[in-house]
Amino acid sequence: MSGIAASARDGDRTETARAGAGEIAIRGVTKNYGAGKKEFRALEDIRLTIAANEFVTILGPSGCGKSTLLRIVAGLEDASEGEVAVDGATVVGPGADRGMVFQGYTLFPWLTVRENIEYGPKLRGVPILERRAVSDRYLRVTRLEAFANHLPKQLSGGMKQRVAIARALANGPKVLLMDEPFGALDAQTKLEMQEALLDVWEKEKTTVLFITHDIDEAIFLSQRIVVMGAGPGRIVREYEVSLPGERSPEVREHPAFLRLKRELTGLLKHKEEA
Amino acid sequence: MANAGEEIGTAAFGGAASEAARTAGSSQAARPARRQRIRIFEDISRRAFAVTAVVSFAVLLLVWSILSYGKMVNPVFLPTPGAVVKTFADLLGTQAYWHHIGISVFRVTSGFVLACLVAIPLGLVAGTFRIGEAFLEPPMEFIRYMPAVAFIPLIMVWAGIGEWAKILLIFIGCFFQLVLMVAADTRQVSKELVQASFTLGATRWQAIQTVIIPAVQPRLLNTMRLMLGWAWTYLVVAELVAVNSGLGYAIMKAQRFLNTDQIFVGIIVIGLLGLISDRIFAFLNKRMYPWV
Ligand SMILES: Nc1ncnc2c1ncn2[C@@H]1O[C@H](COP(=O)(O)OP(=O)(O)O)[C@@H](O)[C@H]1O
Ligand SMILES: [Mg+2]
Repeated sequence: MSGIAASARDGDRTETARAGAGEIAIRGVTKNYGAGKKEFRALEDIRLTIAANEFVTILGPSGCGKSTLLRIVAGLEDASEGEVAVDGATVVGPGADRGMVFQGYTLFPWLTVRENIEYGPKLRGVPILERRAVSDRYLRVTRLEAFANHLPKQLSGGMKQRVAIARALANGPKVLLMDEPFGALDAQTKLEMQEALLDVWEKEKTTVLFITHDIDEAIFLSQRIVVMGAGPGRIVREYEVSLPGERSPEVREHPAFLRLKRELTGLLKHKEEA
Repeated sequence: MANAGEEIGTAAFGGAASEAARTAGSSQAARPARRQRIRIFEDISRRAFAVTAVVSFAVLLLVWSILSYGKMVNPVFLPTPGAVVKTFADLLGTQAYWHHIGISVFRVTSGFVLACLVAIPLGLVAGTFRIGEAFLEPPMEFIRYMPAVAFIPLIMVWAGIGEWAKILLIFIGCFFQLVLMVAADTRQVSKELVQASFTLGATRWQAIQTVIIPAVQPRLLNTMRLMLGWAWTYLVVAELVAVNSGLGYAIMKAQRFLNTDQIFVGIIVIGLLGLISDRIFAFLNKRMYPWV
């Protein structure tokens, strides 16, 4: 926790100040909903390790248990079997070390953009001047300076999600959990947000576990893609994404991108037919 | 020649077309191709709303006038609007009537505020925690269906016939409803907002303080506004028994002497007071929660 407070003080250089690295270990997680005859297995024996600072995307069709898995990592739900550990510490509940961005808009509507961003630091009792420095920094990182005093209801969907990302990052989390954060945005905004996210990730060097059912989004964003299948939810395959150079919009035309896209499309289609 | 023929043809065609348009126009005059004026859920202009509201009052007044001035109803039962207005002016000119108003406002406010002070925290607990719901709501649901009026004899045994008895009746009338309504309001707070606060490091108590309490406030204020309306109803009930002051008493006394015009004035004054308090709440809600 002290590391997070320190990150506020030294402004632009947070990497070194973060408390711990942010390695996620998912160890044999199984999730059952309901009981007795109505028992339903949403996840079965999920094993996955995500290295510190890695950007991993979980890709899979709707209803295969992606959100459930992420919520278990966040500590918002308990695993029926198995466990999740972040930097070796078993997750027993939600905490500030695991920031989360939801698909629905979850900004606090009664707080301004700046107050939303300062929410976490304020809870921890960070003094006002340091809080200001933190919110200034993340307003800048997410290019929201001009909207600092706006209320959420005055923002577009894309801007709301920017604030949600800024709010999560301002807390100095070890890992950032994102559940289809751009799922509700229009195509153009979605592309802008993806670039903005990569930009932020490169600056912040936090571990990102990202969920989507959008193949392009998964390839464009991640270093590694974990494909999940349904009935019960399980990991089907993993792909390392190795694209040359910077992730610019042009990379979407790159042969390696298109090859992976074809393969993933085939895999997901195959899964659906099976 | 060919040219002329063509021209004629065109003219004839044009004529037929416009003729057709005319017939179509006239035959549909009853059902014009305009948008309907009265549409489900759609907004109307502020002006149209205001005019309709005024018309509604005018109709009410008209029916009343016809019945009373037209002597279709015995004036002992239904005074004329003129008589009511005159009585209204006369009564409000006396200090005694203002005293009745003052004491009634005091009773309503006391009973209502006390009910809020106790019921709102309980409602928040019942709405926030399932165990709170299990403990509080079943008995409240049960008591809620016992008419507050039926408590009057009991209240007289407990609190006598003094001020406290009236306040207690208003309290009982509001309290149980209020707990249940506040609990329902609380349950409407977005679960995702609470979970977001947890992922930002909030403790359970912090989530209540920084999410549930701010989020529930607009709905809470609206609930209080509804409840205050009920408090006025219970006031009149409370003042019908063993009192010598208040608007309810004034109404009772007027009844004893068959002064229906005074009964009307009493009812109208209570209606106006209710309306004023309602508007104050509506105004506060708009001013205090611009983020809604
Ligand atoms: N609280 C719950 N109770 C019962 N079933 C649930 C619950 N949450 C999710 N499920 C079920 O678990 C499965 C996985 O859901 P989810 O994790 O939301 O999938 P995804 O995010 O991949 O679309 C779905 O079949 C869903 O109906
Ligand atoms: Mg989901």
